Amino acid sequence: MRKDYNLEKRKLVIGGFIVAIVLIYIVRLVQLQVLDSTYKAHADSNAFVERVIYPSRGLIYDRNDSLVVYNVPEYDLVMVPKEVVPFDTIDFCNTLQISREEFDHRWEEMKKGRSYSAFTQQVFMNHLTPEDYGRLQEKMYRFPGFFVVQRILRQYNYAVAANVLGDIREVNAKDIENDDYYRPGDYTGDLGIEKSYEQWLRGTKGKEILIRDATGTIKAHYNNGANDVSPVAGNNLKLSIDIGLQAYGEMLMQGKVGAIVCIEPKTGEILALVSSPTYDPSLLMGKERGKNYRDLVNNRLKPLYDRSIMAAYPPGSTFKPTQGLIFLDEGIITTSTVFPCHRGYVNAGLRVGCHGHGSPIPLKPALQTSCNAYFCWGFKYMMDKRSKYGSTGKAFEVWKNHMVSMGYGYKLGIDMPGESRGFIPNTAFYDKIYGEGRWVGQTIISDAIGQGEILATPLQIANLSATIANRGYYITPHVVKNIEGVGVLKKNLERHDTDIDKRYYSDIVEGMRMAVLGGTCTGANIPGLDVCGKTGTAQNPHGRDHSVFMGFAPMNDPKIAVCVYVENAGFGATYGVPIGALMIQRYLQGNSPGLQARGRAMASRHTITYPKVKKTTATGTQADKNKTTPSNKTVSSDGSKK
Amino acid sequence: MEVRNEDENTNLLRSVDWFTIILYLIMVVAGAVSIYAATYDYDKASMFDLSEYSGKQFLWAGLSFLIGFSLLLIDRRIYEAYAYPLYGFMILLLIVTVFVAPDIKGSHSWLVFGPVSLQPAEFAKTATALALAKLFSTYGFSLNGWRNYAIAIGIIVLPILCIILERETGTALVYTSLIFVLYREGMSGFVLFAALMAVVYFVVVLKFAAVTFMGIPLGMVIAFIMVMALIVAMLLLYCRSWILGRNVLIGYVVAGAIAGGLELAGVHVNGYAFFLPVIILSLLYLLYGMLHDINLKKVLITTCFAAASLVFLFTVSFAFNNVLEPHQQTRIKVTLGIEEDLRGAGYNVNQSKIAIGSGGLTGKGFLNGTQTKLKYVPEQHTDFIYCTIGEEQGFVGSVAILILFLALILRIITLAERNHSTFARVYAYCVASYLIFHLTINIGMVIGLCPVIGIPLPFFSYGGSSLWGFTFLLFILLRIDADRGNYGTW
Repeated sequence: MRKDYNLEKRKLVIGGFIVAIVLIYIVRLVQLQVLDSTYKAHADSNAFVERVIYPSRGLIYDRNDSLVVYNVPEYDLVMVPKEVVPFDTIDFCNTLQISREEFDHRWEEMKKGRSYSAFTQQVFMNHLTPEDYGRLQEKMYRFPGFFVVQRILRQYNYAVAANVLGDIREVNAKDIENDDYYRPGDYTGDLGIEKSYEQWLRGTKGKEILIRDATGTIKAHYNNGANDVSPVAGNNLKLSIDIGLQAYGEMLMQGKVGAIVCIEPKTGEILALVSSPTYDPSLLMGKERGKNYRDLVNNRLKPLYDRSIMAAYPPGSTFKPTQGLIFLDEGIITTSTVFPCHRGYVNAGLRVGCHGHGSPIPLKPALQTSCNAYFCWGFKYMMDKRSKYGSTGKAFEVWKNHMVSMGYGYKLGIDMPGESRGFIPNTAFYDKIYGEGRWVGQTIISDAIGQGEILATPLQIANLSATIANRGYYITPHVVKNIEGVGVLKKNLERHDTDIDKRYYSDIVEGMRMAVLGGTCTGANIPGLDVCGKTGTAQNPHGRDHSVFMGFAPMNDPKIAVCVYVENAGFGATYGVPIGALMIQRYLQGNSPGLQARGRAMASRHTITYPKVKKTTATGTQADKNKTTPSNKTVSSDGSKK
Repeated sequence: MEVRNEDENTNLLRSVDWFTIILYLIMVVAGAVSIYAATYDYDKASMFDLSEYSGKQFLWAGLSFLIGFSLLLIDRRIYEAYAYPLYGFMILLLIVTVFVAPDIKGSHSWLVFGPVSLQPAEFAKTATALALAKLFSTYGFSLNGWRNYAIAIGIIVLPILCIILERETGTALVYTSLIFVLYREGMSGFVLFAALMAVVYFVVVLKFAAVTFMGIPLGMVIAFIMVMALIVAMLLLYCRSWILGRNVLIGYVVAGAIAGGLELAGVHVNGYAFFLPVIILSLLYLLYGMLHDINLKKVLITTCFAAASLVFLFTVSFAFNNVLEPHQQTRIKVTLGIEEDLRGAGYNVNQSKIAIGSGGLTGKGFLNGTQTKLKYVPEQHTDFIYCTIGEEQGFVGSVAILILFLALILRIITLAERNHSTFARVYAYCVASYLIFHLTINIGMVIGLCPVIGIPLPFFSYGGSSLWGFTFLLFILLRIDADRGNYGTW
């Protein structure tokens, strides 16, 4: 048979066919292997199971190295629905000591969750105790697809300082969005330093990479564990808080609403930061957290509201030293300048009342007696001194800038969340109210004595006290002294000098010393401690005057500056001064039976008149109910739990 | 077997096609190594452990080298002489197998001899190829007349029927690739074209069955338009009847414009009511027109082709829903992307795509594949062996394998055409056709372009029968080719 060349050409069709097929397949491979990267991720999520190993959260110590917050293990029972095979639910329920109904309920709840997926880890039950875990662990092999993740639970050695310590909570969607570190089910700081020092406390999560085959069975550690990452424990914190002083302060404030702030002037370290009413920090952990949290939020006394740094109060007469400093610095007065006081400031039909003392008087006695008239006159002269400032508006701006340099009107920058900035008005503010140029010193005379529009936090008042103690500067107040392994944060060493000439401070200090020796705060005259102080009786629209005290000691080597603010408690001398004195004495002289007795006496003096809300009003109420709540012991044994 | 002298042996060494042998060796060794990678377990080590798949495959490979070498020593006249008896024996063996074979995953295709199982269907390929070659080389035979067609097609269809009885549909389908051989030996190209169009219609109709357009499935609309385009194209390019082509085209455009106008006027035109009359009218016009046309026969073919297309279109839907079994329907739907059944029928292919896709450009490295190691891909050492290569050797390795096969197939076509004997040529084309089918379907399935049909990748997939079957095919070809100088044209 001759070769048919026409037919031989058909080899091109057949050859062409397979060449075309191979080309199509190569294009497909380019698409699968080179262009589309999703398959890689699929393969990894198929094969690798990443199990998170949670680090231990940083521990918290007080300034004297007493352990305040520590961790105990807690367990979450998690599951990957896809990997669960039918199991003996009755056995399961018995092991976990839950009812069948609860089991079904949890299962349903889990499925309803927003991030539910049958292929990823779902939390079936949290807050398992070590006992639950022990029981479960023996039988774990019977429940494939379930496993246990160890978590940490915060434990508190003292039932105090809840406002400082804060709490931790499970992260929400927003946290996860804002910070790549978090995955659903993680914990993060919610309030207090748990929140502000979260980045140091949380440590670094570790992970183990396991290999899983198609049936879901874990085969081995990937790469023999070479790619596993060990968790790094969080940094421990050392508080500047003296936990004994803090506990004592909280005891003193029982039955009262308000705050105590104690600062070590030289370092800006906060020794005690009491907000009252407060609560036992352990309420906000573990199984009951959600319910307790709701109770605290709904409590009409707002225990979650940290009055020491969040509340903005009229500072009242504790504001007067700032006025004296400004008038001296601006040359409005000298120490020998005298102003009249006829039971108050009386001018052009306006009267700001005062109490009986000699008249006319110079600056130091005016501080000693807390003379309203003196500071009103000084303020009026400054505001109306057109020869120097041109207008009241300009004078007020100068005044305001001095206030700001003394730490008022803006946040001080404490290392805790939620600080309030208080309020110092400016010229524009009054221009808006009264019209530009249509107000003079007299119009806003209340500002002179810390009333009117002026608002300050107890922290700012304590900071003023520290500034005066330091004769003209303050260090940013802070509650964390040191981060283990990191050191002191630069921010917490920042020195702020006021724009007042330092030499004027000694006059103010002397005036405040005189107030203690023979003026409004004689109650704070503790022999040998050279206390300087200033009372305040702040008028407010909510009822009785607030009782305020600001002071420091010893006069020439200040170790503690304090502000006490008791809402609706009357004269500064009634509550503010004795509480402040006790705090100073407790800190400088240490604990003593006498001090405890006096402290208990103060604790029994309640100013809250409206009905108490149970459970969370104050640590004291807790203590009555529950023997293990350390409040009683705190009092009796210098704040340490034995 | 006749005794050869030294001279002939030297001759054989010189004339045998070493290029093919080298390709074969590379593929078999690469295949066994891939099987090792596919079945590698983190606790097991040796590649040659006989209790493991890779060890067994190396044993099969060693034996197949022996078989291949022995086959080279057998004179080609033996094959020619015993082609029919061998074919008859294999058909008998296939039938016997149906009855004696144990049920293995629903298939009755394995003959079990103690520890060894063999699949006669793999060896029947060789016998069928030899029989077909013998038929075509019979003196005076040419692919003309229904009788000769019937004999040739009968030789192909007989094993298909037997293997379907064994419930090995995939293997049975391999024989349909011999249509390439018939085509090469003179069958009209129209049959091939029609087969291609049948596949295209099938895919189009099913793929777009769910969307409705003009009141009928979109797939049908597209198919109708394709038929119309084909008619015009064939008239213009194949029949070279400019006038008929032009008139039909004008007719279609006018009809289309009217339909469009009605649609704009708010009258909805039903697809069937529009396309069927238009196409049938155009065909009637062609029947009339061909009387005046010089290319009468070609126009008639065009008309018949178009009419057959219409019939086919209406049968496809019916056949798909009523003839195919549900699991086969699902496989096809998954391939066409109509259904996504990642837990069921789509699982294999999806996991296999993940395995290949995760390989990236250069792969994860030998033994580092996670998809295949952890048994996410079922049948990874047999039908899905290509995804182990895809995952561990990446795009580079995957393409290399494709190129190896392409080189082998093109080489075999070259061998076929350089032989002057019909027997050698037909046999070589049979081998090439089998390889084309296996390559197209197996790799197409692994990369998700073809439905899942369980046939192995030659030389790579685990299994002695498949490897030996292809070794037989290839080495008989090599021996026949080596003797090409001794057999002139006749």
